[in-house]
Amino acid sequence: MKTKFVTAALGAVLGFAAATTASAGTLDDVKTKGFLQCGSNTGLTGFAQPDTSGNWTGLDVEMCRAIAAAIFNDPNKVKFTPLTAKERFTALQSGEVDLLVRNTTWTMSRDTSLGLKFAGVNYYDGQGFMVRKSLNVTSALNLSGASVCVQTGTTTELNLADFFRSKGMKYEPVVFEKSDEVNKAYDSGRCDAFTTDASGLYSERLKMTNPGDHIVLPEIISKEPLGPLVRQGDDAWFNVVKWTLNAMLTAEELGVTKANVDEMLNSTNPDIRRLLGKEGKYGEGIGLSNAWAYQIVKHVGNYGESFERTVGQGSPLKIARGVNALWSKGGLMYAPPIR
Amino acid sequence: MALADGPAAGEAKVVWYNDPVVRGRIFQGLTLAFVVFLTWGIIHNTAVNLQSRNIAQGFGFLSTTAGFDIAQSLISYPQDADYGRAILVGLVNTVLVAVLGVILATIFGFIGGVARLSSNYVVRKLATSYVEIVRNVPLLLQIFFWYFGVLRVLPGPRDSIQPIPGWIFLNNRGLIMPQVTMTKLTADAMFYAVLAAIVAILVLRSVFRKLQERTGTQAPVFLISLAVLIAFPVVAYLATGAGITLTAPAKSTFNITGGTRVIPEFMALLMALAFYTGAFIAEIVRAGILAVSHGQTEAASSLGLKPNNILRLVVVPQALRVIIPPLTSQYLNLTKNSSLAVAVGYPDLVSTGGTVLNQTGQAVEVIAIWMVIYLGTSLTTSAFMNWYNAKMAIRER
Repeated sequence: MKTKFVTAALGAVLGFAAATTASAGTLDDVKTKGFLQCGSNTGLTGFAQPDTSGNWTGLDVEMCRAIAAAIFNDPNKVKFTPLTAKERFTALQSGEVDLLVRNTTWTMSRDTSLGLKFAGVNYYDGQGFMVRKSLNVTSALNLSGASVCVQTGTTTELNLADFFRSKGMKYEPVVFEKSDEVNKAYDSGRCDAFTTDASGLYSERLKMTNPGDHIVLPEIISKEPLGPLVRQGDDAWFNVVKWTLNAMLTAEELGVTKANVDEMLNSTNPDIRRLLGKEGKYGEGIGLSNAWAYQIVKHVGNYGESFERTVGQGSPLKIARGVNALWSKGGLMYAPPIR
Repeated sequence: MALADGPAAGEAKVVWYNDPVVRGRIFQGLTLAFVVFLTWGIIHNTAVNLQSRNIAQGFGFLSTTAGFDIAQSLISYPQDADYGRAILVGLVNTVLVAVLGVILATIFGFIGGVARLSSNYVVRKLATSYVEIVRNVPLLLQIFFWYFGVLRVLPGPRDSIQPIPGWIFLNNRGLIMPQVTMTKLTADAMFYAVLAAIVAILVLRSVFRKLQERTGTQAPVFLISLAVLIAFPVVAYLATGAGITLTAPAKSTFNITGGTRVIPEFMALLMALAFYTGAFIAEIVRAGILAVSHGQTEAASSLGLKPNNILRLVVVPQALRVIIPPLTSQYLNLTKNSSLAVAVGYPDLVSTGGTVLNQTGQAVEVIAIWMVIYLGTSLTTSAFMNWYNAKMAIRER
């Protein structure tokens, strides 16, 4: 009896040592289980938020849907795991999610010490401040002595400290774990200012009791390139995520939209033919079918369409493209060529 | 001959592996080896896997610059402080709320427990309601109640409630009191005055005890002690030129600046912990008092002791023996429950540690630090309470 127990226990120890060292490619895992597990925000209008009927919508959500469309030819084969800022990296590291698209800022330390890799930038953001109009504050430089509500475990929290430190101003940080708690604290008057990425400020403002009472200050105090992350060391999966984003950008550049993608299949433009899989075997190179980009555009659309629908003119946020326009239109969005 | 060399009469000869002592040692050794192997296996496995996933490991991060700010810090936390310092600030904040919480909970608990046994109907029912309501609502909800229901609805800084106008402000940013600044001379003098007062009280008590043993006269020890404790520092304060200045807080653009501020997150957590744990302590106190048989009270009464003295000299010392062990558990619970601070954004150990965890990504190390610190705090509390318990235990005379 005793020896049996000891043998079993030893087996268990050795077993889990062996089990955790072995890891198949994420792409194969995703194909096997038949859906994509995507780490998303717990609720940020425009980026990731469930609507009234429980469907997730937003720019980050559409990124996940595009990847599902590329793999399964079905944008709905995605399950979302809402994660707080604090939980997100551990969830990806531990394999709980296949990728993380959660308005996460690309920084050097996150890219190098977490065992994770950023696969591109799907939104160029910057940190700003929101205050009550009644305070008559017109610049972030007037915020000395203010209480500032901020979400914990974010680059925002660090930029905030840097900003006040470099300007020699004092402030009181009031930190919460969830963005909802930060929002509620600011809305109820616990803080004078609310800080997060500018896009987030517009989105959070919509949730206030009286959105019209608040203004976003003009200063942008940081660079916040937001993008999808995958685990380091899984290059095939990294490529799938990276090239899904690039395909969406390329489609916009070439004028391929959700509406005209079927017509475009007959295009004579070699760039379009390569994108849609009529020429070359680019899809196979990343372990997908050659129609991968066609499926992305067909089901989700190109980057511009996705942007306008979720955060741009077609959404309540009405954020202008600005730096998120294509490079050819004065923005920063630039995809390497598909060839 | 055979008798002298062989085993003693009545003792069967056993092979070594059938000897219960040897067997016991072997199995204990095996168990120990297994536990050591298991621990080593877990640590080694974690390290190897973190390595293979290119996740940073080790405690080196503790000495790199943290770069984030903390709302409340009792120790200095400069802007270039490191992660280790940030965790320490969190620990100090946890200890602060735990110590004050324990003191308040004990006071609430003793009042509640005694009141539940009161002969006054209203007092008894009020105490029962307090215990039954507070004990049966989850702590997290109570923290939210204090934070969102009580403190959040206070007016903003511009319309602060001012119990003493111009000096004390109460608003949704906290309780702001005047800043107390002392000259070095006064501070030192008052510190030594308090020490001197304590020594004087101890001496007085022994003098009074001897007096009572010799003549039977009782001196008002408590009142005299209190007088000494107040008089000594006051004399020191006056003698050193009254070197204490109070600086009133002032209104600024956003907040009220200057002054000493108690943040609402802290108040909410402290009140919730104190009331919640107090309700449990009330039941423990009630049980302790009821455990002292009524005969004791009657005996004391027939000796002519006053009701006050019966409680203080006969009932409470005996009740304490029943009260202390479960009270220790409540103190430990309170300390560990303080980790719910994260829900209202009070920068305790879990909150600041969580920020460190997220900024560095070193989950395993930070969680190990949390566990070691909570274990250490709990064991320290336990050790102290065990010592106190031993002190209060029945001593055979």
